[in-house]
Amino acid sequence: MKKFDRERVLLAVAGPVIALAVAFVLSAIVLIASGKNPIEPFVLMFEQAGFSDVQVRIVNQASMYYIAALAVAIGFRMNLFNIGVDGQYQLAAMVAAIVGAHADLPAVLQIPLLLLTAMFTGAFWAGIAGVLKVTRGVSEVVATIMLNAIATSLIVYMWRPDVFGVKIGNNSTTGVMHESGWIPGIDMGAAGEIHGLLILAALLGVGYWIVLNRTRFGFDLRASGASESAAAASGVDPKRMVLSAMLLSGAVAGLAGLPMLLGDTHTYSLNFPKGVGFLGIGIALLGRNSPVGIAFAALLWAWLDKASPELDFHGFDKEIAVIMQGLIVLSVVVAYEAVREWGLRRQQRRVGAELAAGLALGAAGNGGDADGGNPDNTQKEVAAR
Amino acid sequence: MTAVRLAGITKRFPGVVANHDIHLTVRKGTVHALVGENGAGKSTLMKILYGMQKPDEGTIEIDGEQVSFASPADAIARGIGMVHQHFMLADNLTVLENVALGSEKLYGIGARARRRIKEISDRYGLGVRPDVLVEELGVAARQRVEILKVLYRGARTLILDEPTAVLVPQEVDALFENLRGLKAEGLSVIFISHKLGEVLSVADDITVIRRGTTVGTAVPAETTPRQLAELMVGSELPTPETAESTVTDRPVVTVDALRLAAPGGKALLDDITFTIHAGEVLGIAGVEGNGQTELVDALIGLRSADSGTIRFLDEDITSLPTRKRREQGIGYIPEDRHRHGLLLEAPLWENRILGHVTEKPNSRGFWLDPKASQEDTRRIVETYDVRTPGIDVTAASLSGGNQQKLIVGREMSHGPRFLIAAHPTRGVDVGAQAAIWDHIREARREGLAVLLISADLDELIGLSDTLRVIYDGRLVADADPATITPEELGSAMTGAATGHLVAEEASAATGHLVADEATGTPEIVADEASAATGHLVADETSATPENPARKTPETSAEAPESPEDEAR
Repeated sequence: MKKFDRERVLLAVAGPVIALAVAFVLSAIVLIASGKNPIEPFVLMFEQAGFSDVQVRIVNQASMYYIAALAVAIGFRMNLFNIGVDGQYQLAAMVAAIVGAHADLPAVLQIPLLLLTAMFTGAFWAGIAGVLKVTRGVSEVVATIMLNAIATSLIVYMWRPDVFGVKIGNNSTTGVMHESGWIPGIDMGAAGEIHGLLILAALLGVGYWIVLNRTRFGFDLRASGASESAAAASGVDPKRMVLSAMLLSGAVAGLAGLPMLLGDTHTYSLNFPKGVGFLGIGIALLGRNSPVGIAFAALLWAWLDKASPELDFHGFDKEIAVIMQGLIVLSVVVAYEAVREWGLRRQQRRVGAELAAGLALGAAGNGGDADGGNPDNTQKEVAAR
Repeated sequence: MTAVRLAGITKRFPGVVANHDIHLTVRKGTVHALVGENGAGKSTLMKILYGMQKPDEGTIEIDGEQVSFASPADAIARGIGMVHQHFMLADNLTVLENVALGSEKLYGIGARARRRIKEISDRYGLGVRPDVLVEELGVAARQRVEILKVLYRGARTLILDEPTAVLVPQEVDALFENLRGLKAEGLSVIFISHKLGEVLSVADDITVIRRGTTVGTAVPAETTPRQLAELMVGSELPTPETAESTVTDRPVVTVDALRLAAPGGKALLDDITFTIHAGEVLGIAGVEGNGQTELVDALIGLRSADSGTIRFLDEDITSLPTRKRREQGIGYIPEDRHRHGLLLEAPLWENRILGHVTEKPNSRGFWLDPKASQEDTRRIVETYDVRTPGIDVTAASLSGGNQQKLIVGREMSHGPRFLIAAHPTRGVDVGAQAAIWDHIREARREGLAVLLISADLDELIGLSDTLRVIYDGRLVADADPATITPEELGSAMTGAATGHLVAEEASAATGHLVADEATGTPEIVADEASAATGHLVADETSATPENPARKTPETSAEAPESPEDEAR
């Protein structure tokens, strides 16, 4: 059935393309409304993407975005909204930094230790929300938002010099990590270094795909996301699934800060990037929860981030990039839903047509019933309101 | 004078023609009944008239003027009002607020609106009090509020979708009194139902829909329920029929004193005890909402019993999780295949994995085996005659019958020892129905134990080796399917008879169709107008009111699909 495969690719690409086009147009309208040239900023930003040092910065930034977005996507695949990736990765990075500053093992042990510490911290933090959900029915959205706030306070507390903090000038840090936990970058000459843990991001992407598409656990997870009731009837324990997905999502989230921590800063300070978890939500949406899609989306986001500062030098506000990111998220949600529904209807029509033309695999001559394949019930509900 | 005229209405859905060349003329000041089985296309037609869907072909005329509706708002502006089967009222608002909601422009939200509500209520004898909270109202009163809501918006033609499904007999009488009041004021009512007794008692005209098209009209005074039923279901339908008994004395499933209570403490299932042997089909008859769903959930493990035991092949499985039960050989054809049986937006081969992800050929240990499961999906599609262009299409693009055949194929492919079949042929076309019956019979011959729950009494009687009647969460009666008639079974389903049911005379009954599908409440059928003796045959597929073919050999069920079916 080559046709349907091609169709799937078409549908997969149509959503992002429409969303991006709409977002570009809307951003241009914003620029026009503020009396600026609507095209020039984009030209400038595209030029930026040509410089090798900007490219390195984009890739480094994207590696963090990618991991954070994967963490969000794991939740999305089973209809869990882990808004708490932000708190999870920050807390995990801090704890890893503290362990890295105090433990000093050989690199072969030190690095796995730090990775595990981060994963465990992230999983623990997300797991709190998971436990609350399965035992008390607390919405994971509310719980993870609250946990973000608590994580922020906890981080500030741990920065106190009498706890784990080390003051360097005006900056609060966790002290410099032992070198055995540093991960060397990939040297790009004058352009700088690409974080060594970029490889980890890539491996996580591959692992994500394999787990979801090639394991029993992944099938159960996807089934739970597609239809909770059908999954339960098929034998998935919904509570256990919620908890496992939350733990897994948190563990991956915990890794999001490490490319930078182990590859560049070697300490968790006030300058450590914040908000990556929230950006990950938009990136996972744009990437349609697919590992390849998320990679493109992460690069796009990183490009908007790293190319936009240049705008300030040309009389534009670099915030146009932020506006653009916001518009992309908005149009993505609308465009995907529209494309999804359109695709479903289109396929139903085509299946109907092909059956009518006698192309069925089975024998010929069945009509089906009026109640059958059309997802009319939901439509009825909506229309009736 | 005609109030509404629909001509040549055709509406296609993917893979299905829901309405085909429908003609319907409603005279002013009359009650016009639209009857047909579930899935015949009544709802689609009314959605078209109410502007919720656009017809692909055909015309709508209101008061002699051709119109085109883009939305229900257009229909309301033209004086069409719809009273839905499931009420659309906000419980925590008063009647006045509910009525004015969305139509504040008409009479405001205060004294003027209250006056208007009183006026309408008095005029049509609805007895609606504007300042009561809706949550304090009973079902019948809510329905009157819905009717008033529609009248308040200026409706001249009211569509009532299965209005009696939720009412008790006295309330039905009161509703009919209201309808006569509306009629006397020159309003028209389109009354959708499949309860023929009611239709004959209240309607001035009747239009019958079968398989998406109008097959005839009838004048109530000259029509018997029997004739109407025949119009509705057509003839020459296959009947389920099992040949000689294959029941053995090896118990497969033994349920003992099973009890399941709602959170409030009310027993949903109480003292359920039965045994199903290898090769036996145990049929459970009952009006929907009497505990069938809970029984199935308890058996498959979606709900855990409060007390009692379930034994499967000499093992106590009362506390086993669903997956373990399925792995051990319990097959499950769920009542609502869209909610419990399929992932609608996933391809067929992934749906083949659903429910059996830990079993071969779907997985090897921890890993899925997509190749093998795709291969096996192709086999199922072929063996079970699932009409599809391929196994990569989504389950949503198949018709209901083909979806069901896929589910049956999937469940049968794992060599189940016990099959839970809840409404296995609901919403399935005649051809697929016969095929599904065949598969169940064949598996039964090979020693499968089956729990069959169905609203189709002919199906129950035809397939079952043993029959039990469930009423209010208890098994209240049992019957021998060889001698019982649908009518006798039907009266036991209302709780009227208990114990062992013995057939008095199997031939004299002139049953007619009364179907009940959506309501959770046990229903007692008001039947005053018809001369028929029996009642209650619930079905949405193709019940024949009587079952004269009961003695025909098994092959009769394998009869070719009916002519209409092939014509499509």
